[in-house]
Amino acid sequence: MERNLMKGNEALAEAAIRAGCKCFFGYPITPQTELAAYMAKRMHKAGGVFLQAESEIAAINMVLGAASTGVRAMTSSSSPGVSLKSEGVSYIAGSDLPAVIINVQRGGPGLGGIQPSQADYWQATKALGHGDFQLIVYAPASVQEMVDFVVKAFDSADKYRMPVMILADGLLGQMMEPVSFPEINPDAYDKSSWAANGHGFKREHHIINSLYLKPDELEKSVVDRYKKYDIIKETETDAELYLTEDCDILLCAFGATARVVKSAVNDARAQGIKAGLFRPKTLWPFPVKEINEAAKNAKVLLSVEMSMGQMVDDIKLAINCSKPVEFYGRTGGVIPTPVEVLEQIKKIGGTL
Amino acid sequence: MAVVFERPKSLIDVPTHYCPGCTHGIVHRILAEVIDEMGIEGDTIGVCPVGCSVMAYDYFNCDMIEAAHGRAPAVATGVKRTNPDKFVFTYQGDGDLAAIGTAETVHVAARGENIVVIFINNTIYGMTGGQMAPTTLPGQVTQTTPFGRDPRLAGYPVRVSEMVATLSGTALAQRVAVDSIPHIRDAKKAIRKAFENQKAGKGLSLVEVLSTCPTNWGLTPVEAIKRLQDEMIPYYPLGVYKDVDEGVFPKEGGEE
Repeated sequence: MERNLMKGNEALAEAAIRAGCKCFFGYPITPQTELAAYMAKRMHKAGGVFLQAESEIAAINMVLGAASTGVRAMTSSSSPGVSLKSEGVSYIAGSDLPAVIINVQRGGPGLGGIQPSQADYWQATKALGHGDFQLIVYAPASVQEMVDFVVKAFDSADKYRMPVMILADGLLGQMMEPVSFPEINPDAYDKSSWAANGHGFKREHHIINSLYLKPDELEKSVVDRYKKYDIIKETETDAELYLTEDCDILLCAFGATARVVKSAVNDARAQGIKAGLFRPKTLWPFPVKEINEAAKNAKVLLSVEMSMGQMVDDIKLAINCSKPVEFYGRTGGVIPTPVEVLEQIKKIGGTL
Repeated sequence: MAVVFERPKSLIDVPTHYCPGCTHGIVHRILAEVIDEMGIEGDTIGVCPVGCSVMAYDYFNCDMIEAAHGRAPAVATGVKRTNPDKFVFTYQGDGDLAAIGTAETVHVAARGENIVVIFINNTIYGMTGGQMAPTTLPGQVTQTTPFGRDPRLAGYPVRVSEMVATLSGTALAQRVAVDSIPHIRDAKKAIRKAFENQKAGKGLSLVEVLSTCPTNWGLTPVEAIKRLQDEMIPYYPLGVYKDVDEGVFPKEGGEE
């Protein structure tokens, strides 16, 4: 298979186009700018629409409009911009529309900084907008995974009719790696039963809507959506387990941080410390079965994140607080080093 | 016996939730008549955002999308860009279009999106119970201007048709009213022109309709019509503010 050296942000864009994304609506923000620039260059030739919106809010609502007509649509941004999109994401979820949203995270809160961060974990997995709803959240750790997860994201979005997020970070967005693009069938999902693209006097009119003024009707719509979420929790979790079979210390990390942690795990093994790595590829649904498998022989868990520890609660819940969960993190755009992580492993390892 | 009057086909036969004397019903009807007369119901997608008319999806027979407050022009842009051969309209109130959605309004016009915007100006937020709108007249009493709108405190009203007419992507900016039979006929003609513009690919067409809200104005329907005539039309003069002959973009190969 042909392999190309590509920057993360550009690979995200190329994968989306190949996945049949017919429109991209975005607004400039660092560090995801190359994605929109790539779309601006390529989308027209690919027979799609690129449009720079007047705001993040407009961009996500343009996605809502395009998705309403049954077309594969996407937007991308970075942390402060994703906050602005949250209203639209909630409407997309409430209207049962498929859409892909990419967050190339940077440090926060507020304007924060432009260096890599994972401090939008809570926003992505718990609260990207008002109301009872979830997004499927994929966390790539390489440029190849960015490609693979974009393709998967469009499929999951269509299959479950819901918004799906790629939670990347500035490090992944800016780095270059060789990638290959899989075969894709973007027309696998028939949307003719709900798409609002003109009835042509051949069917009843279609309504795309998230408003239910009668509480029992709204409750039913939400409960039905949660039945769908139950299926997703059962079938869509994904994680990498690395040297976990005999590990005493199970490190937990996702995205770019997992690359750093993997080096530290290898260094620890070289020094005779039985460390392993659990890397969730889906942050929602959280891979509960997988982490319990990975942690079955571990005495302690250590979550390493580019945040103040936003994944720790999910780990504790997943293992039902059966083992201690320690945390080490850097935030604000600081990337932890393998040396720092190894120190933490040794500190905890010394107490075992 | 010949049928001389009937419900437009593109309106669904259900009672509406609108208050007695509210002019939404009139505007719905003339909009539906235009859709019927052009035979485009099957090719039309309507976008109705938050406001009294948010539930218009229950009244129109074409495909309908409910949008967030102020975001209808962005949603409509997404629809139109992916379905350029379909007819797309938004139906927005004054708070929606001229306050929370001002950026979307300005830029849908600046981009010359080939859609129709129906703008209902009744100088008040109806659905939430009568608060000050961006179009509330100086001195007008509302729930949030209980002593009358004081421009020094609450600013001046926005004249939308005049503002939108200044933008290069606007093909039509016209203010009409639905207070009398002649005005209603003019309003229907303006809406028809807006849809014909879309058919011809001319650019953004906005029709501002001066309307009543007897409930939140605290007036009878008859008094409300009189207020529209005596107070609103002098502040918001009816007329055509922009009407291009050709489309808003230069022909292929040309420059503006």
